[in-house]
Amino acid sequence: MPSSVTWNETSMPIAGTKLHLMRAGSGRPVLVLHHDIGTPDRLPFYDTLAQSFDVLVPHHPGWGKSERPQWLRSVRDIAAMHSWMLADLGLKDVSLVGLGFGGWIAAEMATQSPATYHRLVLVGAMGINPPDGYIADQAIVSYLDYPKAGFHNQEAFMRVYGDVTTDQLEQWDICREMVFRTAWKPYMYSQTLPHLLGGVRTPALVVWGDDDKHVPKSAGDVYVKSLRNARLETVAACGHYVDMEKPDELARLVLTFVNAN
Amino acid sequence: MHLMYFTEQPMAAYDAKEGLKYGATALTFSNSHYDPVEGSRLYNEYLEEYIMADEWGVDGIMLNEHHNAPFCMQSRTNMFGAILAAVTKRAKIVFLGNPLPLADNPVQLAEEIAMIDMISKGRVVSGFVRGGGQEQLANGVNPAYNRERFVEAHDLVTKIWTEPGPFRWEGTHYQHRVVNPWALPVQKPYPRVWIPGVLSRETVIWTAQQRYPYIALNTAIDATKTIWDTYSKAAKEVGYDAGPENFGYLIRVHVQDNEEKALQNARQFMWMQGEFTGLAHPVWANPAGYFSPSGRRGFVEFAVGRAKNPRGQPTFEEQVADTMIIAGTPDQVIARLKHLIEQTRPGIMGIWGNDGTVSKEDRRRCIELLVKEVMPAVKEHGKSLGLKDPWEANAPVHLRYSTDIPVQRAAAE
Repeated sequence: MPSSVTWNETSMPIAGTKLHLMRAGSGRPVLVLHHDIGTPDRLPFYDTLAQSFDVLVPHHPGWGKSERPQWLRSVRDIAAMHSWMLADLGLKDVSLVGLGFGGWIAAEMATQSPATYHRLVLVGAMGINPPDGYIADQAIVSYLDYPKAGFHNQEAFMRVYGDVTTDQLEQWDICREMVFRTAWKPYMYSQTLPHLLGGVRTPALVVWGDDDKHVPKSAGDVYVKSLRNARLETVAACGHYVDMEKPDELARLVLTFVNAN
Repeated sequence: MHLMYFTEQPMAAYDAKEGLKYGATALTFSNSHYDPVEGSRLYNEYLEEYIMADEWGVDGIMLNEHHNAPFCMQSRTNMFGAILAAVTKRAKIVFLGNPLPLADNPVQLAEEIAMIDMISKGRVVSGFVRGGGQEQLANGVNPAYNRERFVEAHDLVTKIWTEPGPFRWEGTHYQHRVVNPWALPVQKPYPRVWIPGVLSRETVIWTAQQRYPYIALNTAIDATKTIWDTYSKAAKEVGYDAGPENFGYLIRVHVQDNEEKALQNARQFMWMQGEFTGLAHPVWANPAGYFSPSGRRGFVEFAVGRAKNPRGQPTFEEQVADTMIIAGTPDQVIARLKHLIEQTRPGIMGIWGNDGTVSKEDRRRCIELLVKEVMPAVKEHGKSLGLKDPWEANAPVHLRYSTDIPVQRAAAE
């Protein structure tokens, strides 16, 4: 049962700063990389995965409880720090589950180490300039409007965030600042990533909410086309935050994909 | 005292209803509402008015820069500075200022200002600003590195002006392998640098540490005194006592031959405060990373409508009562300004004379009365109060040129 999952919180010294890590469950290691808006400490999606896997949810450097490295400049720097963490933990055959902005980080990790990972799951991943449409610009909308636009159904937003506290607003401002520090220009994508995805041996599943207002699905199509071995799954009546809006459905997709031979 | 004339150069010739309908008159308010024929007319009218002010004897003309908004037509402050360098004769050309973080190439900025200083025969005051949040967004500049870019660009520009080239600059935000512009300011060691601001305590302290004058932009009397206290404390810590030559104050003043007309026109000062224009989303003015982390909590509450604007939103009547707007006949205005300078003791004063849709005739009458009657009376009173500007006080251009600080003197020797 999800409520019985026990999460261990640790802090790992990586690249001169402290990286916050939540870990639960056992089995194949699965690294979950959170969104640009950070992550709540617990989510049903994480708990469900932890029933079947050794789940690792780090806070990106500068986000949440992880320290901010003042020198950090790019999403590739974040990818390198997470790779460093996995190496320190001595984990092999890790599967990567990247959510939105975290999907971009996962894709970067995979290109940097194209034969290392067991499975790659990209969910509404940023990182590629969509051939049709644009990645939503959070700089010009409010702290509430941006995350709300990431849900197809506002009841799902309420279920996760409820009446948003000032602490949460403050956290979103910090997250936004980190996005600016690492992904300001070009905004939320890399011009070189599409050219490097072809080297990745890891089988990939690309998941998109059919009402993703943050990242157009055309970016997902580019991921599928550029990776050697990838397929697309669309989640119906769902926005950008598939993990928060349709946690069971996403967990099922991940479980099946990671466990498949 | 140094007294300068200022206007935002409003682009008021657009259909105000369109801005209200759209709900914003900044950043994303479409430039399809911009009429270049009216723009051409206004640029030329404003230019003529600066020339008049110069001919009537104003000490300085203060210029600024904003983007994507009708409240200010100056999208490149150095453009008007360059024109004024050629067409005016004696007024200082006071940039308040060039938004340093917007520059991707501060070397070029140093060249431009040097050119304007030479063409004007040494009349430039080279103020620098961080630029508001919207300016970063309008120019695609990362707000999270705004302060770092401000300081680094400042250090590079002043090095260009004071050390022989060629040299290399390998900074965090700027890298230049051959810095050697063949254009240097005629004023030595370099043109005076003044720093204008509104709220940021960090900027006040940095300015005091450089020994640059700080120009408070239309702050209330109490807030102005708090800024002076912060500045004075930081000045003491680096070894000097701040005086009037370190302080400037911009105030909105509209003067006419009769009070009724003056008050009616002064209402146009509300034009950029939300009543007519200046509507904007709070996150545009303060994008994440732009403002001080100490203000984060208060700001996020304001940005989602849970708290009031930390800057407040006083009415016209309240601003007149608080001396944030002064309007009336020359005698009335002089009396208020005398009171104001007694309270705040600035050595530099910017008079923001006109805004919004004030007619050409009224703008010009206002400038004439300001320059011919109000400014001389205020200067005279300032003299009796011992309010010296940086030239009268022979103040050092930067802390490192101080002769009254033992450590600095030893270093210079």
